[in-house]
Amino acid sequence: MAYLLKGVSILGAEPTDLYIADGVISAPVENAEVVDAAGLVALPGLVDVHTHLREPGREDAETVETGSRAAALGGYTAVCAMANTSPVADTAGVVEQVWRLGREAGLVDVQPIGAVTVGLAGKQMAELGAMASSAANVRIFSDDGFCVADPKLMRRALEYVKAFDGVIAQHAEEHRLTEGAQMHEGEVSTRLGLTGWPAVAEEAIIARDVLLAEHVGSRLHVCHVSTAGSVEVLRQAKARGVRVTAEVTPHHLLLTDELAAGYDPVFKVNPPLRTRSDVEALRKALLDGVIDVVATDHAPHAVQDKECEWAHARPGMLGLETALPIVLSIYGPQWELIADRMSRAPARIAGLTGHGGDLTVGSPANLTLVDPSARRVVDPSELASRSRNTPYAGMTLPGRIVATFLRGEATVLDGKAVK
Amino acid sequence: MIKHLRSAADLDAATATLILDTAGEMAALSGREVKKLPALRGRTVVNLFYEDSTRTRISFEAAAKRLSADVINFSAKGSSVSKGESLKDTALTLQAMGADAVVIRHSASGAPHRLANWVDGSVVNAGDGTHEHPTQALLDAYTMRSRLGRLDGLKVAIVGDVLHSRVARSNVLLLTTLGAQVTLVGPPTLIPLDVAAALAEKTQVSYDLDAVLPDSDVVMMLRVQTERMQDSYFPSAREYSRRYGLDVARMKKLPEHAIVMHPGPMNRGMEIAPEVADSPRSTIVEQVANGVSVRMAVLYLLLGGK
Repeated sequence: MAYLLKGVSILGAEPTDLYIADGVISAPVENAEVVDAAGLVALPGLVDVHTHLREPGREDAETVETGSRAAALGGYTAVCAMANTSPVADTAGVVEQVWRLGREAGLVDVQPIGAVTVGLAGKQMAELGAMASSAANVRIFSDDGFCVADPKLMRRALEYVKAFDGVIAQHAEEHRLTEGAQMHEGEVSTRLGLTGWPAVAEEAIIARDVLLAEHVGSRLHVCHVSTAGSVEVLRQAKARGVRVTAEVTPHHLLLTDELAAGYDPVFKVNPPLRTRSDVEALRKALLDGVIDVVATDHAPHAVQDKECEWAHARPGMLGLETALPIVLSIYGPQWELIADRMSRAPARIAGLTGHGGDLTVGSPANLTLVDPSARRVVDPSELASRSRNTPYAGMTLPGRIVATFLRGEATVLDGKAVK
Repeated sequence: MIKHLRSAADLDAATATLILDTAGEMAALSGREVKKLPALRGRTVVNLFYEDSTRTRISFEAAAKRLSADVINFSAKGSSVSKGESLKDTALTLQAMGADAVVIRHSASGAPHRLANWVDGSVVNAGDGTHEHPTQALLDAYTMRSRLGRLDGLKVAIVGDVLHSRVARSNVLLLTTLGAQVTLVGPPTLIPLDVAAALAEKTQVSYDLDAVLPDSDVVMMLRVQTERMQDSYFPSAREYSRRYGLDVARMKKLPEHAIVMHPGPMNRGMEIAPEVADSPRSTIVEQVANGVSVRMAVLYLLLGGK
């Protein structure tokens, strides 16, 4: 199938006609299906380096297929699936299973992330090489949900993955400082009587890990940076030339710990929502490039895991279908910035060469079309995710994803998933 | 009148004063031979207790019964809760049974807030995790007012494990609303972060009990659990007691009129010496008696009793 995107604005430039044929951006072809793209902006397909698809193990919360559909509807063409499934993605067998499920769903490229340690237990290194050599071709390794706390093990993992150009994505949390933690430690946690998750528990691990990465000359990626102090640690490390990259979630760019006041666990997430000054520092860091990418940390949870007491609820919130609208609401139509932080840079970190390219003739046709003038109210019941735990219910957000193309095939048209 | 009592912050000065005044009328009843009022006849009050707390439960039970309400005691142990029923499902069950008020004690902070989303009746917080215990604060305020004649301008020292204390949080909020000046005293590890900004701007913090006592009208000792030692909040029970316990020598530093309070249960010899707990300054037994009157007032006013 060939397409003609008529009157499309590539990254906000003057309207033009863009042809897609044989999986790539092409020169004009005959018999292309015309998509009226007047007023729409084309972006390289978004890439998420941090997604929880829950399969295998919690198919009641999300599956590779439902998560892929949510991703495509959010403008994504590739997502990296976190390893904290059940069983854990710590062997070639499990990562290949997730990879195959992604291919079968065929809505986005599902790139599995492998666990750093067996069972996420932080004790013994998983067979990282086997996962790298598998059909899933794993390049990012993470124990996300848990921190690789042991400094020796972290050092070895950073070193070991150099052999296949891998990267360790660290969930930075000094668990001894967050025992029983329920929300950001500060004024609001004091008022609500909820055990605090201090900012220093994140900052101390990032500080340690950038020093380890510097010492062994390895790449480090820092998951979901949430504090102003972490930004300063990263800024200094980058200035010294440490090979560190970092991500921030849409929710940490927008929401604050004040939202915990009603004890609704839809606002419970790990790392927790922080303060207004943290939010401001994160926004600036993404702009500066101290933080490289926006990653969703899309974390679907079944209803019963959120309709309960705050302390008993699982942490995490949905993100794939609202990420771009939230970034647009914060930064406005800065299309170059959005393309870099949500597509090019994450594709580079994940080693996904077919994604995050320029929309020039001959490039793989992985792209999404956005209507920046549209506004919509977030309705949890309309989400494609199997779960409903969005913190944005009822909010009016700018931008509507009209179409998404994966290697030239439409996965979303007229704002609807094609399958 | 407010519908729920989830936090002492739900109470403005007028409402809090009305509750205390009403409690005074209720207390007058307890001197009579027949202690019962027909005010809540036909209404149902459920005591939903997820934590063992005989003292608080029987206090609420006595309060509801003296107002002629039907009382259902629902304790988590041996019920559907121990079989894994969620708070929401329990709430829907109580709702179906027509509970006019649910008194909830729960180990999770904010459980009363969650419960209020799922039931139509009034929710009364009888202690939630490390958050609040508003009726304890009301009975404490009532006790102070009875003994000292006023709350406005009173200097109150709350001493001990403020970090984990729901009694302290509710007292800071309520006493400040009623014009008292609260000073929190304890080791820095047990005083929560940004406490003045979080609860009440004029709250003061001190790490030196001896310095605070001479200028206090009320000193409220909080229970300190010895398990906190294992978590490095302080090195030993003995050191805690030496620095923050109220013994006879320290009690002598208080002004002549000052009173000593404790929400119970006490660790005698730890945060409070037996001689202090049993001294005429101590209001500990009065607090228990006042608890029933204050809880009667709360149920009466929340349920619009006539």
